[in-house]
Amino acid sequence: MIFKSTYNELLKIAYKPRSYIGIGGIIIIIAIILFALKVDGAFYISLITGQFEQSLIFEGEILNGNLIAYIIIQMLIIHVPLLIAFVTGDLISGESAMGTIRLLLTKPVSRSTILMSKFLASCIYTLAVVLCLAFMSFTLGKILFGAGDLMVLKSDGLIVFQENDIGWRFLYAFTMAFLSLVTVATLALTLSCFSENSIGPIVSTMGIVLLFTIIGSMDVPIFDNIRPFLFTTHMAAWRFFFDDPLNTTNIYYSITILIAHITILLSIAFYKFNTKDILS
Amino acid sequence: MLKDNHKIVEVKNLVKNYGSFSAIKDVSFDVYQNDVFGFLGPNGAGKSTTIRTILSLISPTSGSINLFGKSLQQNRNYILSKIGCIVEKPDFYKYLSAQKNLEIFARISGNPVSKSKINELIDFVGLSGREKDKVSGFSHGMKQRLGIAQTLLHDPELIILDEPTTGLDPQGIIDIRNLIIQLKTEKKKTVIISSHILSEIELIANRMIIINKGKTIVQGSVSDLLNEQEIIVQFKLDNILKAMHILKMNPDFVNCEISQNESYLLIHTTFDSIPVINKLFCENDIGVSLIETKRKLEDYFLRLINT
Repeated sequence: MIFKSTYNELLKIAYKPRSYIGIGGIIIIIAIILFALKVDGAFYISLITGQFEQSLIFEGEILNGNLIAYIIIQMLIIHVPLLIAFVTGDLISGESAMGTIRLLLTKPVSRSTILMSKFLASCIYTLAVVLCLAFMSFTLGKILFGAGDLMVLKSDGLIVFQENDIGWRFLYAFTMAFLSLVTVATLALTLSCFSENSIGPIVSTMGIVLLFTIIGSMDVPIFDNIRPFLFTTHMAAWRFFFDDPLNTTNIYYSITILIAHITILLSIAFYKFNTKDILS
Repeated sequence: MLKDNHKIVEVKNLVKNYGSFSAIKDVSFDVYQNDVFGFLGPNGAGKSTTIRTILSLISPTSGSINLFGKSLQQNRNYILSKIGCIVEKPDFYKYLSAQKNLEIFARISGNPVSKSKINELIDFVGLSGREKDKVSGFSHGMKQRLGIAQTLLHDPELIILDEPTTGLDPQGIIDIRNLIIQLKTEKKKTVIISSHILSEIELIANRMIIINKGKTIVQGSVSDLLNEQEIIVQFKLDNILKAMHILKMNPDFVNCEISQNESYLLIHTTFDSIPVINKLFCENDIGVSLIETKRKLEDYFLRLINT
Protein backbone atom coordinates (compact mmCIF):
# COMPACT_ATOMS: atom_id res chain seq x y z
CA MET A 1 0.00 0.00 0.00
CA ILE A 2 2.91 2.36 0.70
CA PHE A 3 3.90 2.26 -3.00
CA LYS A 4 0.37 3.08 -4.16
CA SER A 5 0.08 5.83 -1.59
CA THR A 6 3.50 7.27 -2.47
CA TYR A 7 2.58 7.14 -6.16
CA ASN A 8 -0.57 9.12 -5.30
CA GLU A 9 1.47 11.70 -3.42
CA LEU A 10 3.87 12.05 -6.34
CA LEU A 11 0.95 12.49 -8.72
CA LYS A 12 -0.47 15.24 -6.52
CA ILE A 13 2.91 16.99 -6.45
CA ALA A 14 3.30 16.56 -10.20
CA TYR A 15 -0.12 18.06 -10.97
CA LYS A 16 0.10 20.89 -8.43
CA PRO A 17 1.23 24.12 -10.15
CA ARG A 18 3.21 25.29 -7.10
CA SER A 19 5.57 22.32 -7.45
CA TYR A 20 7.02 23.89 -10.57
CA ILE A 21 7.66 27.25 -8.97
CA GLY A 22 10.71 25.79 -7.20
CA ILE A 23 12.11 24.00 -10.21
CA GLY A 24 11.19 26.91 -12.49
CA GLY A 25 12.89 29.30 -10.08
CA ILE A 26 16.08 27.25 -10.10
CA ILE A 27 16.12 27.05 -13.90
CA ILE A 28 15.61 30.80 -14.26
CA ILE A 29 18.21 31.74 -11.61
CA ILE A 30 20.81 29.35 -13.04
CA ALA A 31 20.09 30.59 -16.56
CA ILE A 32 20.68 34.16 -15.40
CA ILE A 33 23.91 33.19 -13.60
CA LEU A 34 25.17 31.28 -16.66
CA PHE A 35 24.31 34.21 -18.92
CA ALA A 36 25.99 36.73 -16.61
CA LEU A 37 29.15 34.62 -16.26
CA LYS A 38 29.29 33.94 -20.01
CA VAL A 39 29.11 37.67 -20.73
CA ASP A 40 31.15 39.04 -17.83
CA GLY A 41 32.84 36.00 -16.30
CA ALA A 42 36.39 37.23 -16.79
CA PHE A 43 35.75 40.29 -14.63
CA TYR A 44 34.16 38.09 -11.94
CA ILE A 45 37.17 35.75 -11.92
CA SER A 46 39.61 38.63 -11.74
CA LEU A 47 37.94 39.70 -8.48
CA ILE A 48 38.81 36.30 -7.01
CA THR A 49 42.23 35.77 -8.52
CA GLY A 50 43.35 39.39 -8.27
CA GLN A 51 44.94 38.95 -4.85
CA PHE A 52 47.07 36.03 -6.11
CA GLU A 53 48.13 37.39 -9.49
CA GLN A 54 51.38 38.87 -8.18
CA SER A 55 52.51 35.58 -6.66
CA LEU A 56 50.85 32.97 -8.91
CA ILE A 57 50.50 32.41 -12.62
CA PHE A 58 47.17 30.97 -13.75
CA GLU A 59 47.20 28.84 -16.88
CA GLY A 60 44.26 27.41 -18.79
CA GLU A 61 40.58 28.34 -18.55
CA ILE A 62 39.80 29.06 -14.90
CA LEU A 63 36.16 29.91 -15.64
CA ASN A 64 35.12 26.43 -16.69
CA GLY A 65 32.04 24.26 -16.15
CA ASN A 66 33.36 22.87 -12.88
CA LEU A 67 33.89 26.28 -11.32
CA ILE A 68 30.47 27.37 -12.59
CA ALA A 69 28.86 24.38 -10.85
CA TYR A 70 30.73 25.18 -7.64
CA ILE A 71 29.66 28.85 -7.74
CA ILE A 72 26.04 27.96 -8.46
CA ILE A 73 25.68 25.37 -5.71
CA GLN A 74 27.29 27.85 -3.29
CA MET A 75 24.86 30.59 -4.31
CA LEU A 76 21.70 28.52 -4.38
CA ILE A 77 22.02 26.30 -1.32
CA ILE A 78 20.71 29.25 0.72
CA HIS A 79 17.61 29.72 -1.45
CA VAL A 80 16.65 26.17 -2.37
CA PRO A 81 15.32 25.36 1.16
CA LEU A 82 12.61 28.00 0.62
CA LEU A 83 11.60 26.34 -2.65
CA ILE A 84 11.56 22.91 -0.97
CA ALA A 85 9.52 24.17 2.00
CA PHE A 86 7.08 25.76 -0.44
CA VAL A 87 6.00 22.28 -1.56
CA THR A 88 6.65 20.03 1.44
CA GLY A 89 5.14 22.47 3.97
CA ASP A 90 1.88 22.09 2.10
CA LEU A 91 1.70 18.29 2.02
CA ILE A 92 -0.45 17.83 5.16
CA SER A 93 -1.71 21.34 5.91
CA GLY A 94 -2.71 21.81 2.25
CA GLU A 95 -4.92 18.72 2.50
CA SER A 96 -6.44 20.14 5.71
CA ALA A 97 -7.05 23.52 4.08
CA MET A 98 -8.59 21.91 0.99
CA GLY A 99 -10.67 19.46 3.05
CA THR A 100 -9.31 16.39 1.25
CA ILE A 101 -7.66 15.19 4.47
CA ARG A 102 -11.09 13.93 5.60
CA LEU A 103 -11.45 11.74 2.55
CA LEU A 104 -7.83 10.62 2.60
CA LEU A 105 -7.96 9.48 6.23
CA THR A 106 -11.18 7.53 5.79
CA LYS A 107 -9.45 5.18 3.35
CA PRO A 108 -8.12 1.83 4.60
CA VAL A 109 -4.57 3.06 4.84
CA SER A 110 -2.97 3.71 8.22
CA ARG A 111 -2.06 7.27 9.06
CA SER A 112 1.57 6.19 9.47
CA THR A 113 1.56 4.86 5.89
CA ILE A 114 0.08 8.10 4.58
CA LEU A 115 2.66 10.19 6.44
CA MET A 116 5.51 7.93 5.32
CA SER A 117 4.24 8.23 1.73
CA LYS A 118 4.27 11.99 2.02
CA PHE A 119 7.78 11.89 3.46
CA LEU A 120 9.00 9.64 0.63
CA ALA A 121 7.29 11.87 -1.93
CA SER A 122 8.94 14.95 -0.44
CA CYS A 123 12.32 13.16 -0.59
CA ILE A 124 11.73 12.33 -4.25
CA TYR A 125 10.69 15.92 -4.98
CA THR A 126 13.81 17.18 -3.18
CA LEU A 127 15.90 14.76 -5.24
CA ALA A 128 14.28 16.10 -8.41
CA VAL A 129 15.17 19.66 -7.38
CA VAL A 130 18.78 18.66 -6.55
CA LEU A 131 19.09 16.77 -9.86
CA CYS A 132 17.75 19.82 -11.67
CA LEU A 133 20.30 21.96 -9.83
CA ALA A 134 23.05 19.48 -10.68
CA PHE A 135 22.08 19.18 -14.34
CA MET A 136 21.71 22.89 -14.88
CA SER A 137 24.93 23.83 -13.11
CA PHE A 138 27.24 20.90 -13.88
CA THR A 139 26.11 19.71 -17.32
CA LEU A 140 25.06 23.04 -18.81
CA GLY A 141 28.10 24.69 -17.24
CA LYS A 142 30.37 22.21 -19.00
CA ILE A 143 28.54 22.60 -22.32
CA LEU A 144 28.74 26.39 -22.18
CA PHE A 145 32.12 26.89 -20.51
CA GLY A 146 33.99 23.66 -21.21
CA ALA A 147 35.87 21.41 -18.80
CA GLY A 148 38.94 22.15 -16.75
CA ASP A 149 40.56 22.03 -13.34
CA LEU A 150 38.59 23.41 -10.44
CA MET A 151 40.04 26.25 -8.41
CA VAL A 152 38.48 26.58 -4.96
CA LEU A 153 39.19 29.54 -2.75
CA LYS A 154 39.32 28.64 0.93
CA SER A 155 39.88 30.84 3.96
CA ASP A 156 43.34 29.34 4.37
CA GLY A 157 44.37 29.33 0.73
CA LEU A 158 43.64 28.24 -2.79
CA ILE A 159 43.10 24.59 -3.76
CA VAL A 160 43.23 23.39 -7.33
CA PHE A 161 41.60 20.06 -8.13
CA GLN A 162 42.55 18.27 -11.32
CA GLU A 163 39.69 17.58 -13.65
CA ASN A 164 39.82 13.81 -13.16
CA ASP A 165 39.50 14.36 -9.39
CA ILE A 166 36.33 16.46 -9.53
CA GLY A 167 33.41 14.26 -10.63
CA TRP A 168 33.14 12.15 -7.48
CA ARG A 169 33.48 15.27 -5.31
CA PHE A 170 30.47 16.85 -6.99
CA LEU A 171 28.53 13.60 -6.71
CA TYR A 172 29.10 13.46 -2.96
CA ALA A 173 28.59 17.21 -2.58
CA PHE A 174 25.18 17.01 -4.26
CA THR A 175 24.31 13.96 -2.14
CA MET A 176 25.20 15.92 0.99
CA ALA A 177 23.18 18.89 -0.26
CA PHE A 178 20.28 16.47 -0.83
CA LEU A 179 20.55 15.24 2.77
CA SER A 180 20.51 18.76 4.17
CA LEU A 181 17.53 19.69 1.97
CA VAL A 182 15.67 16.55 3.12
CA THR A 183 16.18 17.85 6.67
CA VAL A 184 14.46 21.10 5.68
CA ALA A 185 11.72 19.13 3.89
CA THR A 186 11.15 17.01 7.02
CA LEU A 187 10.97 20.14 9.18
CA ALA A 188 8.35 21.62 6.85
CA LEU A 189 6.40 18.32 6.77
CA THR A 190 6.45 18.12 10.58
CA LEU A 191 5.23 21.69 10.98
CA SER A 192 2.59 20.90 8.37
CA CYS A 193 1.09 18.33 10.77
CA PHE A 194 0.42 21.11 13.28
CA SER A 195 -1.27 23.51 10.89
CA GLU A 196 -4.58 23.79 9.06
CA ASN A 197 -3.30 26.24 6.46
CA SER A 198 -0.51 26.12 3.90
CA ILE A 199 1.27 29.37 4.66
CA GLY A 200 2.01 28.74 8.35
CA PRO A 201 4.40 25.78 7.94
CA ILE A 202 6.22 27.40 5.00
CA VAL A 203 6.79 30.68 6.85
CA SER A 204 7.68 28.83 10.08
CA THR A 205 10.21 26.63 8.28
CA MET A 206 11.94 29.61 6.74
CA GLY A 207 11.78 31.43 10.07
CA ILE A 208 13.55 28.52 11.79
CA VAL A 209 16.15 28.21 9.01
CA LEU A 210 16.80 31.95 9.26
CA LEU A 211 16.96 31.95 13.06
CA PHE A 212 19.33 28.99 13.21
CA THR A 213 21.49 30.50 10.46
CA ILE A 214 21.76 33.77 12.40
CA ILE A 215 22.59 31.91 15.62
CA GLY A 216 25.13 29.82 13.74
CA SER A 217 26.85 32.81 12.17
CA MET A 218 27.01 34.95 15.33
CA ASP A 219 30.45 34.75 16.85
CA VAL A 220 29.17 34.85 20.42
CA PRO A 221 30.51 32.33 23.00
CA ILE A 222 27.04 31.61 24.42
CA PHE A 223 26.08 29.94 21.11
CA ASP A 224 29.29 27.93 20.80
CA ASN A 225 27.79 24.91 22.57
CA ILE A 226 24.61 24.71 20.48
CA ARG A 227 26.05 25.69 17.10
CA PRO A 228 27.41 22.19 16.28
CA PHE A 229 23.94 20.71 16.83
CA LEU A 230 21.99 23.08 14.58
CA PHE A 231 21.11 21.53 11.24
CA THR A 232 21.74 24.84 9.50
CA THR A 233 25.40 24.61 10.54
CA HIS A 234 25.61 21.45 8.44
CA MET A 235 23.75 22.76 5.41
CA ALA A 236 27.11 23.79 3.97
CA ALA A 237 28.69 20.41 4.72
CA TRP A 238 28.86 19.70 0.96
CA ARG A 239 31.92 21.95 0.94
CA PHE A 240 33.84 19.34 2.96
CA PHE A 241 34.14 17.33 -0.25
CA PHE A 242 36.27 20.12 -1.70
CA ASP A 243 38.87 19.88 1.07
CA ASP A 244 42.22 18.28 0.45
CA PRO A 245 42.72 15.97 2.24
CA LEU A 246 39.11 15.08 3.10
CA ASN A 247 38.16 15.61 6.73
CA THR A 248 36.01 12.49 7.14
CA THR A 249 35.34 13.24 10.83
CA ASN A 250 33.58 16.47 9.87
CA ILE A 251 31.68 14.71 7.10
CA TYR A 252 30.44 11.87 9.31
CA TYR A 253 29.55 14.30 12.08
CA SER A 254 27.44 16.41 9.70
CA ILE A 255 25.72 13.30 8.30
CA THR A 256 24.94 12.12 11.86
CA ILE A 257 23.50 15.48 12.92
CA LEU A 258 21.33 15.77 9.79
CA ILE A 259 20.03 12.17 10.07
CA ALA A 260 19.36 12.74 13.79
CA HIS A 261 17.30 15.83 12.93
CA ILE A 262 15.35 13.92 10.28
CA THR A 263 14.65 11.06 12.72
CA ILE A 264 13.56 13.33 15.58
CA LEU A 265 11.40 15.53 13.37
CA LEU A 266 9.80 12.52 11.69
CA SER A 267 9.05 10.97 15.11
CA ILE A 268 7.29 14.17 16.20
CA ALA A 269 5.35 14.21 12.92
CA PHE A 270 4.27 10.56 13.34
CA TYR A 271 3.10 11.16 16.91
CA LYS A 272 1.17 14.32 16.01
CA PHE A 273 -0.38 12.94 12.83
CA ASN A 274 -1.46 9.67 14.45
CA THR A 275 -3.10 11.34 17.45
CA LYS A 276 -4.61 14.30 15.63
CA ASP A 277 -8.39 14.75 15.54
CA ILE A 278 -9.47 15.79 12.07
CA LEU A 279 -11.77 18.74 12.66
CA SER A 280 -11.27 20.70 9.43
CA MET B 1 -37.64 -8.35 13.27
CA LEU B 2 -34.12 -6.89 13.49
CA LYS B 3 -31.53 -9.55 14.15
CA ASP B 4 -28.20 -8.93 15.83
CA ASN B 5 -26.29 -10.77 13.08
CA HIS B 6 -27.57 -8.17 10.62
CA LYS B 7 -26.19 -5.38 12.77
CA ILE B 8 -23.62 -3.40 10.80
CA VAL B 9 -22.94 -0.52 13.18
CA GLU B 10 -23.09 -0.71 16.96
CA VAL B 11 -22.26 2.47 18.87
CA LYS B 12 -22.46 2.35 22.64
CA ASN B 13 -22.22 5.22 25.13
CA LEU B 14 -20.05 7.34 22.89
CA VAL B 15 -18.43 10.34 24.59
CA LYS B 16 -16.09 12.94 23.10
CA ASN B 17 -14.72 15.76 25.22
CA TYR B 18 -12.56 18.68 24.16
CA GLY B 19 -11.21 19.91 27.47
CA SER B 20 -14.24 20.86 29.54
CA PHE B 21 -16.54 20.93 26.49
CA SER B 22 -18.47 17.76 25.66
CA ALA B 23 -19.23 17.49 21.95
CA ILE B 24 -20.84 14.07 22.49
CA LYS B 25 -22.15 13.21 25.96
CA ASP B 26 -23.82 9.86 25.46
CA VAL B 27 -24.81 8.56 22.05
CA SER B 28 -25.77 4.95 21.37
CA PHE B 29 -27.37 3.47 18.28
CA ASP B 30 -27.42 0.45 15.98
CA VAL B 31 -27.63 0.31 12.20
CA TYR B 32 -28.81 -2.85 10.46
CA GLN B 33 -28.09 -4.26 7.02
CA ASN B 34 -29.86 -2.44 4.16
CA ASP B 35 -31.06 0.33 6.49
CA VAL B 36 -31.19 3.90 5.34
CA PHE B 37 -30.46 5.27 8.77
CA GLY B 38 -31.25 8.93 9.38
CA PHE B 39 -29.01 10.82 11.78
CA LEU B 40 -31.00 13.86 12.74
CA GLY B 41 -30.27 16.82 14.95
CA PRO B 42 -29.96 20.59 14.88
CA ASN B 43 -26.68 22.25 13.94
CA GLY B 44 -24.10 21.66 16.67
CA ALA B 45 -25.95 18.61 18.04
CA GLY B 46 -22.90 16.37 17.59
CA LYS B 47 -23.85 14.63 14.33
CA SER B 48 -20.61 15.36 12.49
CA THR B 49 -18.50 14.56 15.54
CA THR B 50 -20.26 11.19 15.88
CA ILE B 51 -19.80 10.43 12.19
CA ARG B 52 -16.13 11.47 12.26
CA THR B 53 -15.65 9.21 15.28
CA ILE B 54 -17.18 6.26 13.42
CA LEU B 55 -14.78 6.97 10.56
CA SER B 56 -11.79 7.19 12.95
CA LEU B 57 -11.16 10.82 12.05
CA ILE B 58 -11.69 11.66 15.72
CA SER B 59 -10.76 9.41 18.63
CA PRO B 60 -13.52 9.02 21.22
CA THR B 61 -12.99 9.90 24.89
CA SER B 62 -14.96 6.80 25.89
CA GLY B 63 -17.53 4.37 24.54
CA SER B 64 -17.31 1.59 22.00
CA ILE B 65 -17.73 1.50 18.23
CA ASN B 66 -18.15 -1.81 16.44
CA LEU B 67 -18.69 -2.13 12.71
CA PHE B 68 -19.29 -5.38 10.86
CA GLY B 69 -18.94 -7.15 14.22
CA LYS B 70 -15.41 -5.86 14.84
CA SER B 71 -13.96 -3.15 17.05
CA LEU B 72 -13.03 -0.01 15.11
CA GLN B 73 -10.02 0.61 17.30
CA GLN B 74 -8.45 -2.78 16.50
CA ASN B 75 -9.67 -3.29 12.92
CA ARG B 76 -9.57 0.22 11.45
CA ASN B 77 -8.29 -0.66 7.97
CA TYR B 78 -10.55 -3.70 7.56
CA ILE B 79 -13.60 -1.66 8.58
CA LEU B 80 -12.73 1.36 6.43
CA SER B 81 -12.31 -0.93 3.40
CA LYS B 82 -16.04 -1.66 3.72
CA ILE B 83 -17.14 1.97 4.07
CA GLY B 84 -17.62 4.73 1.54
CA CYS B 85 -18.24 8.21 2.86
CA ILE B 86 -18.63 11.91 2.34
CA VAL B 87 -17.85 13.95 5.44
CA GLU B 88 -19.41 17.41 5.31
CA LYS B 89 -18.40 18.99 1.99
CA PRO B 90 -17.27 16.74 -0.87
CA ASP B 91 -13.78 18.19 -1.20
CA PHE B 92 -11.49 17.01 -3.97
CA TYR B 93 -8.13 18.00 -5.43
CA LYS B 94 -9.20 21.03 -7.41
CA TYR B 95 -6.21 20.96 -9.75
CA LEU B 96 -7.08 17.41 -10.87
CA SER B 97 -9.84 16.18 -13.16
CA ALA B 98 -12.82 14.26 -11.80
CA GLN B 99 -11.41 11.05 -13.24
CA LYS B 100 -7.92 11.61 -11.79
CA ASN B 101 -9.47 12.29 -8.39
CA LEU B 102 -11.39 9.01 -8.54
CA GLU B 103 -8.25 7.17 -9.68
CA ILE B 104 -6.30 8.54 -6.72
CA PHE B 105 -8.91 7.44 -4.18
CA ALA B 106 -9.48 4.12 -5.97
CA ARG B 107 -5.78 3.29 -5.65
CA ILE B 108 -5.98 3.36 -1.84
CA SER B 109 -9.54 2.10 -1.43
CA GLY B 110 -8.50 -1.39 -0.39
CA ASN B 111 -10.08 -3.19 -3.34
CA PRO B 112 -8.95 -3.24 -6.98
CA VAL B 113 -10.95 -0.76 -9.05
CA SER B 114 -10.89 -0.96 -12.84
CA LYS B 115 -11.03 2.03 -15.19
CA SER B 116 -14.33 0.73 -16.55
CA LYS B 117 -15.74 0.74 -13.01
CA ILE B 118 -14.71 4.40 -12.64
CA ASN B 119 -16.40 5.24 -15.94
CA GLU B 120 -19.49 3.30 -14.90
CA LEU B 121 -19.71 5.30 -11.65
CA ILE B 122 -19.19 8.60 -13.45
CA ASP B 123 -22.11 7.60 -15.64
CA PHE B 124 -24.18 6.49 -12.61
CA VAL B 125 -23.91 9.92 -10.97
CA GLY B 126 -24.60 11.73 -14.24
CA LEU B 127 -21.16 13.26 -14.81
CA SER B 128 -20.45 11.63 -18.17
CA GLY B 129 -18.72 14.07 -20.48
CA ARG B 130 -17.28 16.06 -17.58
CA GLU B 131 -14.85 13.45 -16.27
CA LYS B 132 -11.83 15.11 -17.88
CA ASP B 133 -12.71 18.55 -16.48
CA LYS B 134 -10.86 19.90 -13.48
CA VAL B 135 -12.88 19.79 -10.26
CA SER B 136 -12.15 23.50 -9.71
CA GLY B 137 -14.80 24.21 -12.36
CA PHE B 138 -17.46 22.01 -10.76
CA SER B 139 -20.55 23.33 -9.01
CA HIS B 140 -21.35 22.18 -5.48
CA GLY B 141 -23.95 19.78 -6.84
CA MET B 142 -21.48 18.25 -9.27
CA LYS B 143 -18.92 17.81 -6.49
CA GLN B 144 -21.59 16.13 -4.39
CA ARG B 145 -22.31 13.70 -7.26
CA LEU B 146 -18.60 13.06 -7.66
CA GLY B 147 -18.50 12.47 -3.92
CA ILE B 148 -21.13 9.77 -4.24
CA ALA B 149 -19.19 8.16 -7.11
CA GLN B 150 -16.13 8.20 -4.86
CA THR B 151 -18.03 6.47 -2.05
CA LEU B 152 -18.94 3.61 -4.40
CA LEU B 153 -15.48 3.04 -5.90
CA HIS B 154 -14.60 -0.05 -3.86
CA ASP B 155 -18.16 -1.37 -3.68
CA PRO B 156 -18.53 -0.75 0.08
CA GLU B 157 -21.24 -2.33 2.21
CA LEU B 158 -21.87 0.83 4.23
CA ILE B 159 -22.15 4.37 2.90
CA ILE B 160 -22.00 7.32 5.26
CA LEU B 161 -23.19 10.68 3.98
CA ASP B 162 -22.81 13.67 6.29
CA GLU B 163 -25.31 16.40 5.36
CA PRO B 164 -25.17 15.52 1.64
CA THR B 165 -27.77 18.07 0.55
CA THR B 166 -26.36 21.11 2.36
CA GLY B 167 -25.82 23.99 -0.03
CA LEU B 168 -27.61 22.35 -2.94
CA ASP B 169 -30.37 23.97 -4.96
CA PRO B 170 -33.83 22.28 -4.96
CA GLN B 171 -33.06 20.24 -8.09
CA GLY B 172 -29.72 19.20 -6.63
CA ILE B 173 -31.45 18.05 -3.45
CA ILE B 174 -33.91 15.94 -5.45
CA ASP B 175 -31.07 14.45 -7.55
CA ILE B 176 -29.03 13.48 -4.48
CA ARG B 177 -32.13 12.09 -2.76
CA ASN B 178 -32.89 9.93 -5.79
CA LEU B 179 -29.27 8.74 -5.88
CA ILE B 180 -29.49 7.68 -2.22
CA ILE B 181 -32.74 5.81 -2.87
CA GLN B 182 -31.00 4.09 -5.81
CA LEU B 183 -28.13 3.11 -3.52
CA LYS B 184 -30.56 1.26 -1.30
CA THR B 185 -32.84 -0.23 -3.91
CA GLU B 186 -30.49 -0.98 -6.83
CA LYS B 187 -27.12 -1.40 -5.15
CA LYS B 188 -28.47 -2.85 -1.87
CA LYS B 189 -26.27 -0.64 0.28
CA THR B 190 -26.68 0.28 3.92
CA VAL B 191 -26.69 4.06 4.21
CA ILE B 192 -26.23 6.40 7.16
CA ILE B 193 -27.31 9.91 6.29
CA SER B 194 -27.09 12.87 8.63
CA SER B 195 -29.22 15.94 8.31
CA HIS B 196 -30.81 18.72 10.32
CA ILE B 197 -33.94 18.59 8.16
CA LEU B 198 -36.60 16.14 9.31
CA SER B 199 -38.49 16.05 6.01
CA GLU B 200 -35.32 14.99 4.21
CA ILE B 201 -34.80 12.03 6.55
CA GLU B 202 -38.50 11.18 6.43
CA LEU B 203 -38.37 10.83 2.65
CA ILE B 204 -35.51 8.39 2.44
CA ALA B 205 -34.78 6.77 5.82
CA ASN B 206 -36.43 3.71 7.34
CA ARG B 207 -34.79 4.10 10.75
CA MET B 208 -33.52 7.20 12.52
CA ILE B 209 -32.00 8.74 15.61
CA ILE B 210 -32.42 12.28 16.87
CA ILE B 211 -29.59 13.72 18.90
CA ASN B 212 -29.29 17.11 20.54
CA LYS B 213 -26.51 18.66 22.61
CA GLY B 214 -24.52 15.46 22.23
CA LYS B 215 -27.19 13.16 23.63
CA THR B 216 -29.59 10.66 22.08
CA ILE B 217 -33.12 12.06 22.29
CA VAL B 218 -35.05 9.35 20.49
CA GLN B 219 -34.44 6.55 17.99
CA GLY B 220 -36.37 3.86 16.17
CA SER B 221 -38.14 3.21 12.89
CA VAL B 222 -39.18 6.33 11.01
CA SER B 223 -42.76 5.08 10.58
CA ASP B 224 -43.12 4.46 14.30
CA LEU B 225 -41.56 7.76 15.27
CA LEU B 226 -43.47 9.82 12.79
CA ASN B 227 -46.64 7.81 13.46
CA GLU B 228 -48.55 9.27 10.59
CA GLN B 229 -51.92 8.56 12.20
CA GLU B 230 -51.28 10.95 15.06
CA ILE B 231 -51.09 14.54 14.02
CA ILE B 232 -51.78 18.03 15.32
CA VAL B 233 -54.32 19.95 13.21
CA GLN B 234 -54.33 23.74 13.40
CA PHE B 235 -57.67 25.43 12.66
CA LYS B 236 -57.95 29.17 12.14
CA LEU B 237 -61.52 29.98 13.17
CA ASP B 238 -63.70 33.01 13.68
CA ASN B 239 -64.85 31.77 17.09
CA ILE B 240 -62.19 29.66 18.79
CA LEU B 241 -63.87 29.51 22.24
CA LYS B 242 -67.17 28.23 20.83
CA ALA B 243 -65.30 25.65 18.73
CA MET B 244 -63.38 24.46 21.74
CA HIS B 245 -66.56 24.14 23.77
CA ILE B 246 -68.16 22.01 21.03
CA LEU B 247 -65.10 19.75 20.76
CA LYS B 248 -64.84 19.24 24.51
CA MET B 249 -68.37 17.79 24.43
CA ASN B 250 -67.26 15.24 21.85
CA PRO B 251 -65.25 12.38 23.47
CA ASP B 252 -63.22 11.84 20.23
CA PHE B 253 -61.80 15.36 20.15
CA VAL B 254 -61.25 16.33 23.78
CA ASN B 255 -57.49 16.61 23.28
CA CYS B 256 -57.44 20.18 22.02
CA GLU B 257 -55.93 23.51 23.07
CA ILE B 258 -55.60 27.12 21.98
CA SER B 259 -52.22 28.09 20.47
CA GLN B 260 -49.91 30.41 22.41
CA ASN B 261 -50.68 33.38 20.15
CA GLU B 262 -54.43 32.58 20.54
CA SER B 263 -54.91 32.49 16.76
CA TYR B 264 -55.36 28.76 16.27
CA LEU B 265 -57.18 25.86 17.80
CA LEU B 266 -54.79 22.89 18.02
CA ILE B 267 -56.41 19.44 17.91
CA HIS B 268 -54.52 16.18 18.52
CA THR B 269 -56.28 13.83 16.14
CA THR B 270 -55.94 11.80 12.92
CA PHE B 271 -56.06 12.67 9.23
CA ASP B 272 -59.38 10.84 8.87
CA SER B 273 -61.00 13.10 11.46
CA ILE B 274 -60.25 16.40 9.68
CA PRO B 275 -63.40 16.38 7.47
CA VAL B 276 -65.51 15.32 10.45
CA ILE B 277 -64.26 18.22 12.57
CA ASN B 278 -64.63 20.65 9.67
CA LYS B 279 -68.23 19.51 9.14
CA LEU B 280 -68.91 19.90 12.86
CA PHE B 281 -67.68 23.51 12.79
CA CYS B 282 -69.76 24.33 9.72
CA GLU B 283 -72.91 22.86 11.27
CA ASN B 284 -72.36 25.13 14.27
CA ASP B 285 -71.81 28.25 12.13
CA ILE B 286 -68.12 28.53 12.96
CA GLY B 287 -66.15 30.03 10.05
CA VAL B 288 -63.02 28.01 9.08
CA SER B 289 -60.38 30.10 7.27
CA LEU B 290 -57.34 27.80 7.46
CA ILE B 291 -56.50 24.17 8.23
CA GLU B 292 -52.87 23.10 8.69
CA THR B 293 -51.45 19.78 9.81
CA LYS B 294 -48.29 19.21 11.84
CA ARG B 295 -46.86 15.91 12.87
CA LYS B 296 -46.02 15.56 16.51
CA LEU B 297 -42.39 14.66 15.87
CA GLU B 298 -41.90 17.68 13.65
CA ASP B 299 -43.29 19.85 16.41
CA TYR B 300 -41.10 18.02 18.89
CA PHE B 301 -38.06 18.40 16.67
CA LEU B 302 -38.68 22.11 16.17
CA ARG B 303 -38.98 22.55 19.90
CA LEU B 304 -35.67 20.72 20.23
CA ILE B 305 -33.98 23.06 17.79
CA ASN B 306 -35.39 26.12 19.47
CA THR B 307 -34.33 25.15 22.97
